[in-house]
Amino acid sequence: MKRAVFSNPWLPILILSPQLAIIAVFFYWPAGFAIQSSFFLQDPFGFGSTFVGVSNYTDLFASSEYLRVAWFTIIYTVLVTFFSLAIALLLAVKADNVLRGAKTYRTLLMWVYAIAPPVAGLMGVMLFDQSTGPITELFGAFGWDFRLGVNYWDTATAMIIVAVWKQVPVNFIFFLSGLQSIPRSVREAALIDNRSASGRFWDVIFPLLAPTAFFLLIINITYALFDTFGVIDTLVKGEPGNNPMTLVYKVFIDGFRGNDLGGSSAQSVVLMVLVLILTIVQFRMMERRIHYT
Amino acid sequence: MADITDTTPAIIAAPASKPTRRIKWGLVGDHAILILGSLFMVVPVFLVFMTASHTPVTVHTEGMQWWLGDQLAENFHAAMFEKGGFTDTVDGMRMLMNSMILGIGFAVGKIIISMFAAYAIVYFRLKFATLAFWIIFTTLLLPLEVRILPSYEVIQGMGLTNTYTGLIVPLIASATGTFFFRQFFRSVPEELVEASRIDGAGPVKFFIDILIPLSRTMIAAIFIIMFVFGWNQYLWPTLITTEEGFFTLVRGIRQIVQTYTDSSIPEHGQAMALAIIAMLPPVLIVIFFQNWFVKGLTESDK
Amino acid sequence: MSKVTLDRVRKVYPNGVEAVRPSSFEIPHGELVVMVGPSGCGKSTLLRMVAGLEDITDGTLSIGDRVVNDVDPADRNIAMVFQNYALYPHMTVAKNMGYGLKNRGLPKAEIDAKVREAARMLNLSEYLDRRPSQLSGGQRQRVAMGRAIVRSPELFLFDEPLSNLDAKLRNQMRIEIRSLQRRLGVTAMYVTHDQVEAMTMADRIIVLNAGQIEQIGKPSEIYNRPASTFVASFMGAPPMNLLPASYNGNGHVALGDDLALPIQADADHAGEVQLGIRPEEVHLSDKGKTPFQLDLIEELGASRLLHGKLAGHEFTVNAPNDDAPLEGTLMLDLPQHALHLFHGETGRRL
Repeated sequence: MKRAVFSNPWLPILILSPQLAIIAVFFYWPAGFAIQSSFFLQDPFGFGSTFVGVSNYTDLFASSEYLRVAWFTIIYTVLVTFFSLAIALLLAVKADNVLRGAKTYRTLLMWVYAIAPPVAGLMGVMLFDQSTGPITELFGAFGWDFRLGVNYWDTATAMIIVAVWKQVPVNFIFFLSGLQSIPRSVREAALIDNRSASGRFWDVIFPLLAPTAFFLLIINITYALFDTFGVIDTLVKGEPGNNPMTLVYKVFIDGFRGNDLGGSSAQSVVLMVLVLILTIVQFRMMERRIHYT
Repeated sequence: MADITDTTPAIIAAPASKPTRRIKWGLVGDHAILILGSLFMVVPVFLVFMTASHTPVTVHTEGMQWWLGDQLAENFHAAMFEKGGFTDTVDGMRMLMNSMILGIGFAVGKIIISMFAAYAIVYFRLKFATLAFWIIFTTLLLPLEVRILPSYEVIQGMGLTNTYTGLIVPLIASATGTFFFRQFFRSVPEELVEASRIDGAGPVKFFIDILIPLSRTMIAAIFIIMFVFGWNQYLWPTLITTEEGFFTLVRGIRQIVQTYTDSSIPEHGQAMALAIIAMLPPVLIVIFFQNWFVKGLTESDK
Repeated sequence: MSKVTLDRVRKVYPNGVEAVRPSSFEIPHGELVVMVGPSGCGKSTLLRMVAGLEDITDGTLSIGDRVVNDVDPADRNIAMVFQNYALYPHMTVAKNMGYGLKNRGLPKAEIDAKVREAARMLNLSEYLDRRPSQLSGGQRQRVAMGRAIVRSPELFLFDEPLSNLDAKLRNQMRIEIRSLQRRLGVTAMYVTHDQVEAMTMADRIIVLNAGQIEQIGKPSEIYNRPASTFVASFMGAPPMNLLPASYNGNGHVALGDDLALPIQADADHAGEVQLGIRPEEVHLSDKGKTPFQLDLIEELGASRLLHGKLAGHEFTVNAPNDDAPLEGTLMLDLPQHALHLFHGETGRRL
């Protein structure tokens, strides 16, 4: 809070109101609506709805299909998060090492940030095409009969690769900026203290990157859970069938294809709780996050 | 006291033997990894571009192409100016315009609204400041994707489907921009407010004469991030725009993909051309305004 | 014996800038050498080459009898104290000090003993479990010192270690570092831009300018017989007065048209010279023969600085503070031993 503030009574309310109005109408109303609908069963033809208590939720957790999607979402999130963080960290460490061409590498490694997930998905459709895709052919050379859209785990692999490809740039940017904010003299002190480069990395550099890494961990989990919708939708060509999907995709499918407002809303609420937990964890960790120097 | 030889360069002959330049294998390895990483990022898009220069039949039978064909201009022309193909009533130009409206409308709307809100929160003594803060803050928790169906129901109930308002405004209902600006305003030295009050500037003058000029780079950075974010929206436009006249380029990708499930040979070349057009504006902005963009992105963390 | 020998050591950066011209000197065992000069003079580059943080372009560097040009910093058996301390923010004080020893594979008990001993010497015993962020600037400085001490290095390197401290602490730490280095008997190289630090701490001083060594010598030599106008004006506060003059080759220096001073030096250069006179070696005297036009008095307490003009040039006199009112034209006594002659073009001492 600032010491010096203006004490005009109506101006702040006036300039705050657009934000509050938009949030009220397009955030709180829908969110409340979701929570409310999750306790009702809607008539499929749109004629009224019946209060059904928590049965939408119990149905959800009794559904083997929902649990299967939840399970896949976990695996998918873990793999996407791990690989996009690991690859980005490796590249950032290397880009931080080199002097020559550093700027060019930075540009080449970050520009994919600007590509929309569904465009990346469309590229995936071509690259992993069952009969002519270059990556399919590459896998074939190693004896892997890759079948996008037919084999469950093959499709999952394509989703993960495309999702990682799309996410590496953001992580790279953050890791590189984290590395560059480590004082040069601290690295040099480590150079005198430890002759092993990997020792220096794990003892000194990595702990100093930990706040960045943790922040990115949350960002990446959120990305894998929600922002890869476009990747998944395009890779399964809008028709999931027996292909893998994530929880968010299922909310969409059940709500808009299945017209199951109650069930879809219950799923939304489950996701809201999940995000809430993630956020609480993030803030807990940020409180404990050591503010170095 | 040991010998001291203070030698000026003039006295020194060239050193007996020039030390051979050591090849630093570690550095070679670093470059190798970075080159591999860059290829990983660039090659897929390269293939898309090359494929966009071939006929559908070539692509259909041989897959993506590594070399430039002779259909580049034709495919881009068709993607931009021909109606039909993937959609029946719009051409690429129309979608490009819609994407621009979404990207710029979203970015500008977000910046204006969140600058105002952040200004109110940081610089005014407000009774319910904490409450307002939390009301706005909570929106950070729930991405649109989570509350997609109820949001759709609400917008539909308001009759805003197939309107630019329905397309843009609900996307603004999150506090990311407000937080960028809140953090930035808090880093502005307090003495500036004090000085400008002594100079007789009220809240409006301070905002226009001091704060906006100070925020220029920040505004530019946020504009870039928000423009890319808005341009790349997919799920919301997919739901809210069913009339093709409102399709954005990214929304159009969905139509392309769906033609792939048809039995006829899809217009691969045009599809790839449209994909290139869809990625070009945000990519160019990010590359050319890299420094602002990176600054804006990484400083949002703190 | 851990002497340090530089033989025509040179540094050229990839962009072609020659940061250090070929330089040679030797530091005998146990000596503390201060490298001083303005920023960008190459003093830090020189130190960092000794540390192994910069590649040596040409020449050889030995620590003890070992050529270390291509030896890893961690294997040079050196310790370095950085300007901003460069403590590891995520490690406790004890871990900070022991990290280098741990990497050398010393047993834990031994590391512990050494850390405790160093902490006792530096009055850090109660802070061993704290993080650097919980310490004051002076304490961090001590931790950085402790980290250097526990390694029992052959050579201490100090890169402007006191410049982030306030004036009072700086004086105190100056004495502490000096006495510690004496007690441990370890050879040390110390970089600073502060000429007071250089004068007070050094066994010998190396004055650098534009990548080149201007002079090497004991503090008294540097002060009394500066080798160039650069050294003369850089070392000493207020700096030496330098006046353009001409030397006729037979014992007289002419300042302007009507002022000639007899001089002891038997310089074999006749023509344009720079005449150097330290403000504190000039005396106000009624019997003096040199007129000085007083403009402004700066009170320093113990003495006062008189600023004015001598033969039309800016001139400063450091006079004892005796409260006597002064104004107008004063007469100065310029003793012969206080006159330094420098070449008019090269600036070298004549």
